[in-house]
Parts: sequence; structure tokens; C-alpha cells
Amino acid sequence: MTLLEATLVTPLTGGLVLAILGHRPIAGWINIGVGLLTFGASLAMALDVFSHGPQLSPGRMFYIDAFNVYLVVLTAFVGLTTSIFSRPYMQHEVEKGRVTDRRLRLYHSMYQCFLFSMLLALSTNNLGVLWVAMEMATLTTVLLVSLYRTPEAIEAAWKYFILCGVGIAQALFGTVLIYFAAEAKLGADRDDTLLWTVLHSSASGGLDPAVITLAFVFLLVGYGTKVGLVPLHNWLPDAHSEGPTPMSAVLSGLLLNVALYALVRVKMLVDASLQTHLAGYLMMGFGLLSFTVAGLFLHRQHDVKRMFSYSSIEHMGLITFGFGLGGSLATYGALLHMTVHSLTKSAIFVTVGHACQLAGTQRIEHIRGLIRTQPAIGWGLLLGVVSIAGFPPFGVFISEFLLLMATMKSWPWLTIPLLIGFGVAFAGLFRHMQRMVFGEPPPGQQPVRANMIPVIVHLVLVLFLGLMIPDFLSSWFEQATLLISGESL
Amino acid sequence: MEFAKLGLYNQAIILFAALALLTSFLMLAQARMLPLIFTFAWQGFLLTMVTVLVAMVTDHRDLYVSALLTFVLKVVVIPWLLYRLSVRLQMQYNAEQIAHPTLLLISGVVLVIFSYFVAKSIIHLSGLATRNIIAVSIAIELLGMLLMCVRKSAVAQVIGFMSMESGIFFAASVSAYGMPLIVELGVAFDILVASILFGVFFFHLRDSFGSLDVGQYNHLSEANGADAIDVRPVMASAHTPGDHA
Repeated sequence: MTLLEATLVTPLTGGLVLAILGHRPIAGWINIGVGLLTFGASLAMALDVFSHGPQLSPGRMFYIDAFNVYLVVLTAFVGLTTSIFSRPYMQHEVEKGRVTDRRLRLYHSMYQCFLFSMLLALSTNNLGVLWVAMEMATLTTVLLVSLYRTPEAIEAAWKYFILCGVGIAQALFGTVLIYFAAEAKLGADRDDTLLWTVLHSSASGGLDPAVITLAFVFLLVGYGTKVGLVPLHNWLPDAHSEGPTPMSAVLSGLLLNVALYALVRVKMLVDASLQTHLAGYLMMGFGLLSFTVAGLFLHRQHDVKRMFSYSSIEHMGLITFGFGLGGSLATYGALLHMTVHSLTKSAIFVTVGHACQLAGTQRIEHIRGLIRTQPAIGWGLLLGVVSIAGFPPFGVFISEFLLLMATMKSWPWLTIPLLIGFGVAFAGLFRHMQRMVFGEPPPGQQPVRANMIPVIVHLVLVLFLGLMIPDFLSSWFEQATLLISGESL
Repeated sequence: MEFAKLGLYNQAIILFAALALLTSFLMLAQARMLPLIFTFAWQGFLLTMVTVLVAMVTDHRDLYVSALLTFVLKVVVIPWLLYRLSVRLQMQYNAEQIAHPTLLLISGVVLVIFSYFVAKSIIHLSGLATRNIIAVSIAIELLGMLLMCVRKSAVAQVIGFMSMESGIFFAASVSAYGMPLIVELGVAFDILVASILFGVFFFHLRDSFGSLDVGQYNHLSEANGADAIDVRPVMASAHTPGDHA
């Protein structure tokens, strides 16, 4: 499977090259080029998977099926568009003297290494390697969160490091427990016991339920920390608000998805071996709690990036809830929501990054009159927020509607907290957005050099997904739904 | 369980594991920096011994690799890094105030009992020699987490983190006779990178806050967010803050 290898090797090589050249003016272009190559390779691989079905690499190290193929493409795509945004953004930061040459090199190199670790996490077939890649994703981003070296950034990075380190250590313990259960079933002298394909085929009724239950609790806490589920979400708003904005875009748009992907993969194993809905109930509980709490926290934010990171927690909570509900409709909705949230949220962070450079601050009270000073940014933010709040005809509306329908079918009473949550989050976003976009611009506010192409592309895609879902995507979603929930649509 | 009926090797395994658990308690109560680092190294050494013994008893060659990794990381590299950092930061003789040491140790005991309770449901899958040790490994992990929660010093938090990691690694070695090699190497690599990053952070933390006391880092709390963020320098601004008023 050379195309998959190309998808993985390209960002890794890019990371190494940029470790040497990352401070040169050309580095931004190299970053884009590497992103383009990665995206091209992932797209070719996806076409291959689309025509030939799921693929297992010869050494069984990598496995691509309908569930992770679209996430690989999405990761490569958002990685590319964010790198397009990052070039002028980082140039601006260098001009303002916030970033030195050394740090710029670090930034570019870690950006690609981060993409590599996420792609590895998505495509690996080995649960242990999945953990290693998730931890690597933490390590590569820790230094980026502290890139500006302000006390706040250092504090945020330390919090991120410690909380995610502890959280993800729990996931390692869960992985050990799964390995333990699998060895008891399959025999100790094999070296493929941690492969997902092997585990999944032997899971039904074979793995010890007590061990698997315990393992899932540890894995939920572990990967749940990275997803940002309340009450383990504490690191997320800090890390998102203090790091450079391109980082916030990929953290929010991609890393949370990858962590959730890991959780759902594990849930598939647990469901098959327990034959109960335990994992689903736990995920529903955590998801609904995150959804509600994050919606409320939206109201009391003063930092615009912090506000949108709470919005990410809210949406991740909703998706976790959807996967927890199980059933084909909810799973389909959750898969779609993962896609549209990731596209919309990274577009919003790109816009917010420009808006902050325009206003010279991240404080919501001081960001005013965007639409008058620079209409592109104002409109970008307006449409982004409209989309993320779930207005038709954007794709977020469709996925939220599907999730709501699924809830109404299986847990009618839970639609009430969901609807209230939507309302609360909507109000929380709009009370701030209104003034940022339409308010009176402060005197002397000048337009900045902005690249709105990523935003336009993302929002058009989300709009498109709201109007129709292309055949290949819906067939992947349907296959993935069948894989995850065991029912077809 | 009748300990006397076990072979000498098995008795030695249990002895060393118990000692490793004891070191976890020592670390909980150890306020001084240098002894804390040395105790951590001792724990690593004891865990290495147990892993080697389990490898001998059960004849699993792969476990020697795990033992080697544990030895290199937990006995040599990480303690040495921490030692050098604490000397360079001139805090090797610092002692930290531990609030409620008695309560802390009792909660440690409760965690050990809890680990035995948790392990009860899963040990029937494992061999005789390692039954107790699964509970011990869970206890070491949880005690490491407790250490992280109660200590304010960044160095002690790192030691708690590494101790947790040791507990998990140890659990893998004794319950499942080691993870696949690629995973063990990957985990070891991650831990190595993490320990270097921690070192980098000590300097950043000291430069930004003037101390490694995590309790002082409260710029970002949700409760005082409104006031705390106000005082930060306005980012990348072409205007002076007055322009916005």
C-alpha cells in the first residue's frame, strides 16, 4: 500500500526538512507544498479504497476502512488549508516580533510532525501504536502552545502537558488491559494480539467481559481527556487560546476528531465483546454533560479563541453523545457532524486569527466593526458562526437534525436537554458575534493582509454538504455506520 | 495465598514488588527534592528486578527487553536528567511543604485496597506468580497520580507522572508478559521525549513565574479570567491599549 505510506512519509520528511529550513522565508511555501503532496497522496489512496474496498497493508501494520479513510483525507485537507493560512499569519507574527527564527523553525517542523502523528494514529492497525501516536500528537503540540513564551502561554502548555499526559496514561493502561484480555483468549505467544483487525474478529463473546469493561473505563477517561469531554476539558480552552492560531485551527478541527476516532474504535471492540450497551451509556452521559456545560460556558468568555474552543467542546460532546446513542441514524449523524464541525471550526479559527491581528487583541470587547474595516473577515466570521450554530442550509444543520431525530426515536426525553443546549449555545455565540462583526470600529483600525481562501473553500464545502452528500462520501458513511453500529441505514 | 508454597523465585518477585510499592509511599511523604529523585530511581530499579525475575520464571525472552528499557529510562536517564536540572535550577536542597501528610498516606492505603478490589475481577486470567503483582502495579499507577494531585512543585509532579508510567509499563510486563516490541519501543520513545520536554519547561516556568511552584500559576483560571486577562500585554498590536478605550 504505497499510497498510504506516501501519505505518512511526506509530512514526516517535511517535518525533518523544515527543522533545518523552517526559518527561511520559503518555509511557508514548503509547508504548503508538503501539505499539498500529503493531500494528493491521501486523495489517491481514498480513490483506491473507494474502488477496491478496505485495505490491510502487507505487514498488517496499517488498516484503512470506510471509517478512517475519510478522516485521513479530512486531516490532510485541513492540514493543507491551514498551512495556506499559516504562511501570511506567521509572517505577520514575525514582523511584530512575537516569533524569533528559532521558534519559527520549531513551529514549521512541529506542524508537519503533528500532522504525521495524527495520520499515523488514524491509519494504524495496532492499538498500541495508536496510543503512541496520540501521545506523540500531544508532545508535538505542547511546544507550539508555548510558542509565544508569555507566562499565560507557558502556563497553558504546562497544564496541557500534565493533564493530557495523565489522561493519556490512563488510555495506555486501558490498552494494556485489552492486550491482557486478548492474550488470555488468543494465547500468549503471538505478536499480533494488539492488532485491531485480529481483536475485532475475535471480540464477539470471546474477550473477558470484566477486563474489557475495566479497560473501556480507562480508555474513555484517557482518550476522553483529549476529546475534551467535561470534566476533563480544562486544558482545552487554555491550549487553544494561547497558542498560535493555525495551531488552534488544527487542534480544534483535527486532533479532537482523532481522539474521538480512537475512542469509537475501542467502543466497537467493547460492544462486540460485552454485547451490552454499557460503553454507549457512558459515552452518552459524558457527551451530554460536555454539551450542556460547554454551552453555558460560552456565555462568560472574554477571549474570542477561548469562546470558540468551548464551542468545540460542545460539538465534541454532541458527537460523543451521538456515537453513544448507537443505532444507524445517530452514527451516521455523528460521522457527518465530525466532518462538518472540523471544516467549519477550522474556518472559524482562521477568520478569528485574522480578526485578532486586525484588532490587535483577542479580547472580545475590543474586537469591533470587522465588517466595516475588512468585509472579508467580517463576512467570514458571520457565516462561520451562522454555520456552526446550526443554521440551514449549512451541513451542521443536517447533522444536528439527524442526531436530534435519532434521539427522538430512541430517547425522546433527551431531546429536551438537547434543544435547550442548542438554544443556549446559539445565544452564547451570537451575543458576542453580533458586536464583533457589526459594532463601531475603533478609530485607526486598518485592514491586514489576509488569506481568506481556506475559509471560503471550507464554508463552501460545508454548504455543499448541507445541500447534498456526494455518492462516495455517503457510501463511506453508510459502510462506517454498518461497521460501528452493526445496523445499516 | 500460601507464600511458603511458592518457589524461591516467586517469593522474590512478590518481595521486590512489595518493596516497589513501599517506594511509592516513600515518595508520597518525601518533601525533599534529592531524596525524592533517588527514591524514584530505586523504584525503577526494583521494577527492573521484578521484570527480570518474571522473565526468568516464565521464560519470556521479550521481557528482558522491557527490563532493559525500564532500567535505562527509569533508573539512569530520567533520574539523571532530573538531578542535573534540579542542580542547575539550584533547588536540589529545597523541601516542599506537604499539607496533611497523615491524611495523604492514609489515602494512599485506601488506593492500595481499591487496587486489590479492582484487580480481583481480572486476576483469574493470569498466572499464579503475578496475581498479587497486578494489584501492585495498579496501586503504583494510582499512587503516582495521587502524588501529582497533591504536590505543588513541578518536579514532584513530573516524578508522579513518571511513576504512573512505570506502574503501567510494569502492569504490561507482569500481566501480559510485555507488549509487542514496537509498542514498547514507541512508548519508551514517547517517555524519553516527554522527559526532555519537561526539562525544557522547568526553565520556561522559572523564567515566567520565578518558581516551580505550580500553585502560583493561575493566570488562566475561569474564575478570575476577566481580570487576569485584562493585565496581559495587548498582543501584536500596532496601537497602544488606549486606542481601544
